[in-house]
Amino acid sequence: MDENFRREIILDNYNDPMNRGLIEDDSYLKTRTNSESCIDDLNFMMKIEDDTIKDIRFDGEACAISTSATSIMIRSLIGKKIDEVRKILLNYQNMINEKEYDKELLGELNVYDNIQPNRKNCALIPSVAVDKMLEELK
Amino acid sequence: MNREDFPLLKKDIVYLDNGATTLKPKVVIDKMNKYYLEHTANIHRGDYDLATKTNELYDNVREIVREFVNCDYHEVIYTSGTTMSLNMVVFGYMRKHLKKGDEVLLNKGEHASNVLPWIKLSEEIGIVIKYVPLDKNYELTLDNIRKCVTKKTKVISLAHVSNVIGDVRDIKSIGKFCKEKNILFNVDGAQSVPHMKVDFKDSNIDFLSFSGHKMCGPTGIGILVGRKELLEDMDPIFLGGGMNNYFEEDGSYELKEVPTKFEAGTPPIAEVIGLGETIKYLMNLGIDKIHKYEVELKKYLLEQVKAIDNLIIYNKNSNSGILAFNIDGVFAQDTAVYLNHYNIAVRAGNHCTKLLKDEIGVKNTVRVSIYFYNNKEDIDILVKALKNNKDIFKVII
Ligand SMILES: Cc1ncc(COP(=O)(O)O)c(C=O)c1O
Repeated sequence: MDENFRREIILDNYNDPMNRGLIEDDSYLKTRTNSESCIDDLNFMMKIEDDTIKDIRFDGEACAISTSATSIMIRSLIGKKIDEVRKILLNYQNMINEKEYDKELLGELNVYDNIQPNRKNCALIPSVAVDKMLEELK
Repeated sequence: MNREDFPLLKKDIVYLDNGATTLKPKVVIDKMNKYYLEHTANIHRGDYDLATKTNELYDNVREIVREFVNCDYHEVIYTSGTTMSLNMVVFGYMRKHLKKGDEVLLNKGEHASNVLPWIKLSEEIGIVIKYVPLDKNYELTLDNIRKCVTKKTKVISLAHVSNVIGDVRDIKSIGKFCKEKNILFNVDGAQSVPHMKVDFKDSNIDFLSFSGHKMCGPTGIGILVGRKELLEDMDPIFLGGGMNNYFEEDGSYELKEVPTKFEAGTPPIAEVIGLGETIKYLMNLGIDKIHKYEVELKKYLLEQVKAIDNLIIYNKNSNSGILAFNIDGVFAQDTAVYLNHYNIAVRAGNHCTKLLKDEIGVKNTVRVSIYFYNNKEDIDILVKALKNNKDIFKVII
């Protein structure tokens, strides 16, 4: 991927992330991420209806990688069925952790396909958060 | 100063994270290796030559510490570090002697290890924690402490030098005040003992904690110094071998004297010996010179960064080698990642001082912390990178 293009996507999403700001609504699932190797501290909320992700919102202080990844992740997941979401998360995590994955599933999330080792945890924050909220459904 | 003593400095790094841990001089590493290569033995239980030599070295470190911080020999307890020392004070002494409603004065610039144990104790026995407000420079003053003291105040617990703002608290005056008011004075010396002369007796300290690894020594070893009469009335948190005289089936037992009764089990012997070597190294260097040198380097750094208009500095005034800042609009971790690009090691985060946000208004900062082996060249490299901070996202993404 062209480095300038990659940077542009990440920075756009960092400077103006999708769905930043939480709302009062008890029908949402909620979680807070607090990673050990990353000082980011983000709150997430997610609404699911008919097995479909209707909305994800977030707020908090975080670095450029985790904020942009959250924004792109939110855009990628809204409107998708839960089965599909699980597939995306798994492939995304595999990509970050340098395992095999299906590029086709990840769309814009592919901008993180070459992440520096010390930023992996930052990039993983949104997928860990969504995973955690999906766990609550079980 | 003395850069050539540090093998790691031969690499191309600018190490400015000394508040977290410090580099080790070769003499300290060699001394510990020697224990492993030439005289490995457990302490206090061997009748053979190897053990005798090890015993001697091990016991002598107490004497070295005694001289270093001016206390009595039997007031020196080996611990695993500041965190353990502080927990021993709170759960070994305070839990036994404080009662519901007694007040403990802390402040929001304290490290987690001098806050959370108190919170836990308050949950357990109902002591009341009060946070002394910091002044406009986010520093702790005796004046503000005075205003918070009531008849119920039993303990003042503070870091001699705080680990984000880096203000040097006037422990001599505070200690004197505590003595007059009959208040226990608990000092976290993690960020001061490595950098300046700390005098346990002269400052009327009741308990003093510090860590080896923040003063060029090994990890896993620290010290608790406590006033003898208090230690005699303090419970050990760990019990086991080496610290008892006898125990019987009927449940009777007798513990050894202070300080041995606080040192259950096999201690980190190589680390104790390494700590002794470290302290000797620092005393040779001249502990008084260290602080002065660091303050000068910080001044130099402040001069150089004046021209950078988007730096927010939180502790211009503090009299130590610590600088806490942010680049306006940039998350602290991104700044640290950026500086890492130039092989500059700094720390980003809340530095385990999670309450400080209530005072300074931000959760995370970038912290530069200087030690005597840093030099102007290190500062110049840092300043150059900071001056180019417009490029930050080009570099890190
Ligand atoms: C002021 C202060 N107190 C306590 C500690 C804890 O020290 P350690 O992790 O060595 O136990 C630190 C270390 O970060 C510190 O800076």
